[in-house]
Amino acid sequence: MRPELQNFKGFNLKNLPEFDGFAPGHRACQGCGTVLPLKLALKVLGPNTIAVSATGCMEIISSPFPYTSWRIPWIHVAFENSASVASGIESAIKVLKKKGKISKKEKINIVVFAGDGATFDIGLQFLSGALERGHDFIYICLDNEAYMNTGVQRSGATPFGAHTTTSPSGKVIKGNVTWKKNIMGIVVAHNIPYAATANPAYPIDLMNKVKKASLIKGPTFIHVFSPCPTGWGCKSEDSILIAKLAVETRIFPLYEVIDGKYIINKLVGHISAKKDLLGKYGEYVLKKKVSPKKPVEEYLKLQRRFRHLTPEQIEFIQKKVDEEYEKLVKLSQIFGIEEE
Amino acid sequence: MKKKLIREVSLEEAKALKIRKKVAKEVSVAIADAVAQCKVDVISAYPITPQTHIVEYLSELVNNGELESEYIPVESEHAAMSACIGASAAGARTFTATSSQGLLFMYEVLFIASALRLPIVMVIANRSISAPISIWNDHSDVMTMRDSGWIQFFAENGQEAVDLIYHSYRIAEKSLFPVAINIDGFILTHVIEPVEFLDQELVDKYVPHLKMNYKLDPKKPVTMGAIGVPEIYTEAKKAQDEAFNSSYKIIINAWKEFEKLTGKRYQPVEIYKMEDAEVALVIMGSLTETAMNAVDLLRDEGKKVGLLRLRLWRPFPLRDFIKAIGKVKAIGVVDRAVSHGATGGPVGIEVRSALYQSNKRPKIVNFIAGLSGRDVTVEDFIELFERTYHAIKTKPTFSYKIYGVKE
Repeated sequence: MRPELQNFKGFNLKNLPEFDGFAPGHRACQGCGTVLPLKLALKVLGPNTIAVSATGCMEIISSPFPYTSWRIPWIHVAFENSASVASGIESAIKVLKKKGKISKKEKINIVVFAGDGATFDIGLQFLSGALERGHDFIYICLDNEAYMNTGVQRSGATPFGAHTTTSPSGKVIKGNVTWKKNIMGIVVAHNIPYAATANPAYPIDLMNKVKKASLIKGPTFIHVFSPCPTGWGCKSEDSILIAKLAVETRIFPLYEVIDGKYIINKLVGHISAKKDLLGKYGEYVLKKKVSPKKPVEEYLKLQRRFRHLTPEQIEFIQKKVDEEYEKLVKLSQIFGIEEE
Repeated sequence: MKKKLIREVSLEEAKALKIRKKVAKEVSVAIADAVAQCKVDVISAYPITPQTHIVEYLSELVNNGELESEYIPVESEHAAMSACIGASAAGARTFTATSSQGLLFMYEVLFIASALRLPIVMVIANRSISAPISIWNDHSDVMTMRDSGWIQFFAENGQEAVDLIYHSYRIAEKSLFPVAINIDGFILTHVIEPVEFLDQELVDKYVPHLKMNYKLDPKKPVTMGAIGVPEIYTEAKKAQDEAFNSSYKIIINAWKEFEKLTGKRYQPVEIYKMEDAEVALVIMGSLTETAMNAVDLLRDEGKKVGLLRLRLWRPFPLRDFIKAIGKVKAIGVVDRAVSHGATGGPVGIEVRSALYQSNKRPKIVNFIAGLSGRDVTVEDFIELFERTYHAIKTKPTFSYKIYGVKE
């Protein structure tokens, strides 16, 4: 276990922080599944936090001059470079502390909020550089699976088959032809101390992960599934339901990677490998309550972006989702399981 | 009422301090030393020729414990400037250096740095831009950032580059605008020169601790980089523009203060033998010293020629320039960058535009010379002077001419 986490006790409904770093009155859409995790994260991080936003929905809805939703120091510079801006802030605070210009006792969290486009695509190099250099900051990717702010264009995070304005469901090509980029794999390959996936349908889990990320020294990354009623063509009241289904169908598994060791927070469905082949993971499965797996169709059918999918495409998605999930299980088997 | 960020230094205080000592140093190393003297907090840079020696030496100082700074070895120039923006916004004194493609790669954030009013200091070791790829010197790189809202200086030699480092921190932090110091790649960066540094005590007085009124501080949260909707964007730009133009006064005051301290006089436009000149060349950077030799030779022949050098390029020192041209009949503007399809090189266009509303209307010819390190010799300058003389009596037949093209 990381020494920073030794005294970590998770949140529960009785000990939620009162701090609200993000003022109401912002201009997010109804049912926005992106602003919700952002708000929860700021609650955890508290007032001693500096936030950097990449250009995107959250930046636009929060800062139409002369209004601002940010009750903490906040900066937006450009679309792709928020990890570099955070690197600069972190280095500044570090040296100013050394020089006695900022109190050494003061713990200042530095957090980046960036969308999937800003993380998976245009900002990947900047993210990689900042992770590799080991700056002490938290990078939260709010992934709504397309360029929503510019009108729902496809990104590297757009799932297979999804209709976007640049991967339309045409007569010949039906939606996005590629599988979602494995950003967690890329991030974990940088050997950072902490990476996790989170989801606003599991708010306590999400808050705990943000807390862990803030406690751990060095670069940490949280990939947050962020439903977008506007871009996905779903009812605004279904955001959380869809987020929950993403986990229950194995489409967006909840897991953490601490020092390279995998923890699957919520095991879903039967693991196809034989128990004795699973080794240590077999014991883990036995101890854990495994939730039943729901078919991907339940998730897909609530969203207009998937409505053109043929039964063959849905079958393909089901197969691939299960394959990816089992890959994750194998990773946790190979690389061991971090004691919770 | 704005707080005074920098304390004035009295003449008595200055005199009490020893300031003269010269050491032979490569100009890049000298620049790094001056940056270190300014006690920079965060350095963020990416290697590109011919800028590399500056940041290599700075990282050496940091790793040897001689300079208490954070050195961020970023993965690109875009990130270099982005990290400077973050560090500066958090209240740190920052430095970066780049050249050519590197400057072009950070282009997007240059504008943001100035609009966010961050006092970043950058040295640009001027180099041509691709294609064809070339590492040698001209001013094509920096001319692309003409309109970016950075205060821009051109140094003639290593000593000036070093002095401009001191000036730039003072000016940047007083005006809250980023400053770019241009030095000719290789011609200056890689040459060894006797350089005089200010004593540390004097540097500390001239460039005191940075104290920013608005920064990323949890005790006093601010929102930086908000959206400017159409109802506010124009006003935001007007405010920035006014502030930028008024940085001129801050520059002049910083130089006056420097003169008090060191006896060295800096001004926006330098002139050479302009008192009775009929013909003058307008020039920037290190070529000036070669051009001076040409002036001397032509003066020996009785020709009334002179030189004007723009040290300050942005904000353009309009009044100083018009005053400096005296009563010349013709001006030859020597550009070191091409502005494809324009009516001249970047400096040529500026000079024509500057004089249009003036009563002075000398003939103007515009040469583009010394691209990608092509030598411009004393003989070449004599030729340029002769062509400018010729323009007095003839109607200009070209908007600009690329000089020295091999047939």
